[in-house]
Amino acid sequence: MPTDQIQYKSRPGNLILSEPNKFKVDNLRSEEMIINVGPQHPSTHGVLRLEVLMDGEIVKEVVPHIGYLHRCFEKHGENLPYNQVIPFVDRLDYVASMNSEHAYAMGVERMLGIEQQIPKRVEYIRVLVAELNRIASHFIAIGTYGMDIGAFSPFFWLMRDREHILRLLEWASGARLLYNYIWIGGLFYDLPVGFEERCQEFVTYIKPKIQELNTVLIENKIFVDRTANVGVLPLDLAINCGVTGPMLRGSGLRFDLRKVDGYSIYPELDFNIPIGEGKMGKTGDCWDRTYVRFEEIYESLKIVQQCLEKLTTEHKRTRDFDPQALVPKKIRPKAQDLYVRAEIPKGELGFFFRADGKSDIPFRCKCRSCSFVNLSVLQEIAKGVLIADLIAIIGTIDVVMGEVDR
Amino acid sequence: MLDSFVAIIKPLCQTEPMIDEVSSPKAIKVSAQDLVPAMDALYRNPTTYFDMLSCITGIDNGVQAATMEVVYNLYSIPFNHHLMVKVILPRDHAEVDTVSHIWRTANWHEREIFDMYGVNFKNHPDLRRILMPADWEGHPLRKDYSHQEYYRDIKVAY
Repeated sequence: MPTDQIQYKSRPGNLILSEPNKFKVDNLRSEEMIINVGPQHPSTHGVLRLEVLMDGEIVKEVVPHIGYLHRCFEKHGENLPYNQVIPFVDRLDYVASMNSEHAYAMGVERMLGIEQQIPKRVEYIRVLVAELNRIASHFIAIGTYGMDIGAFSPFFWLMRDREHILRLLEWASGARLLYNYIWIGGLFYDLPVGFEERCQEFVTYIKPKIQELNTVLIENKIFVDRTANVGVLPLDLAINCGVTGPMLRGSGLRFDLRKVDGYSIYPELDFNIPIGEGKMGKTGDCWDRTYVRFEEIYESLKIVQQCLEKLTTEHKRTRDFDPQALVPKKIRPKAQDLYVRAEIPKGELGFFFRADGKSDIPFRCKCRSCSFVNLSVLQEIAKGVLIADLIAIIGTIDVVMGEVDR
Repeated sequence: MLDSFVAIIKPLCQTEPMIDEVSSPKAIKVSAQDLVPAMDALYRNPTTYFDMLSCITGIDNGVQAATMEVVYNLYSIPFNHHLMVKVILPRDHAEVDTVSHIWRTANWHEREIFDMYGVNFKNHPDLRRILMPADWEGHPLRKDYSHQEYYRDIKVAY
């Protein structure tokens, strides 16, 4: 509301930290000190604040302080009809919105019992755009990670190539990052005419570029020296901490919900699940996690190609195909609790719904975000590392603060 | 499948665990004092081996129902089993034991529920607010929550 009143009065008491430090300076030993990293720091990938207890250059304890990007997703979810929550779902993991939308739409469709009726063409388009977005997300993860630890040019290359994906998705949905494209029971629009051909062109274009990325970054000796044996996450700790996604696979477990749950049309597609094998150092180090992301780009490209093939042959565009044909007018699921999960680029995204059966607004809409859980492992693996390695570890967790804070 | 899970935790419970078929995945309702022994058994028993705690959800059923719920989503990677465990708590005295000594991931999930609902997790190692500022008033996801008017002289407007 516009106002001419001064909305904020300056008082010394208001200048204290909104979240006080866990460690007090008075209680420290003489060689210890507290370093505050963030919330405004490029290497924390957003508004993440870390309180680091240091002994010289060695990290003794890391306390993440989060909540700086809290936008009340769950409160909004309880106050809006199911279909109107989708734009908020976009804003959770804002570099891979299609994947989150897919998970959400799948959950509501499962509650309505229409999951099996979704037309094949719709499912193929969903998976196509979701995998394109997965590639874009991994481009960001690898590019910014390279930049974190000193390799500058891969970032520009990957941003350039990511832009091609974003243009494709913009063409399909009308928006560059926050799409609102996958709807409950269907899609906003069918793919535009010529999309398949352009997408195929992109796949042909990107393949040598990824090879180039491999040479310049992943297998680069400087990069390997910097990341191998750093931030080793043992598998038992990873599972106990609930870590999922490339982080868990980097620790050596072949666990991908696309294979395990086999949702949507993923069982019909042929792709592999890359895992970290400790090629350059110990299994579960920073290099392994980056390598898993890098290999997943190839696998996603494989999926994209298969989807394109199906979309141009078996499930071709027809004049009377309506992607909104199954979109329910009123979304009112029966009274039930449902937990749905799907693999997004960062890991397992889960939604917990409680429907009361009387309204088209969820009684409870909880988001189990993978970045939130993956970030909680930081305080376990960052003990005893150098402060420079702490930055290297944050990069491989691949946090998106929008999803951590929701 | 669900019956075998119930059979495992039944001898450890003081009150009978109940089955809730409507939920997906299917759920077991246990009472608050039975939670930790039941969860520990589900985690350790070699036939269940729920090694992954996917999610913990807090639910406020409103002032009229006067109950709160904490819902645990368990998953077993080797057996591919899903299970939901529900605990119903009185709204004015919402208190349950922590499971963060079994699964470390519970630590942050429980902090979030404490932050949003004010559920007290007994024996939790570090029960602080996590998303809201430390000096925020009230628990925002409670059904009867109304926000404070000013936070450090900044108007809190919706």
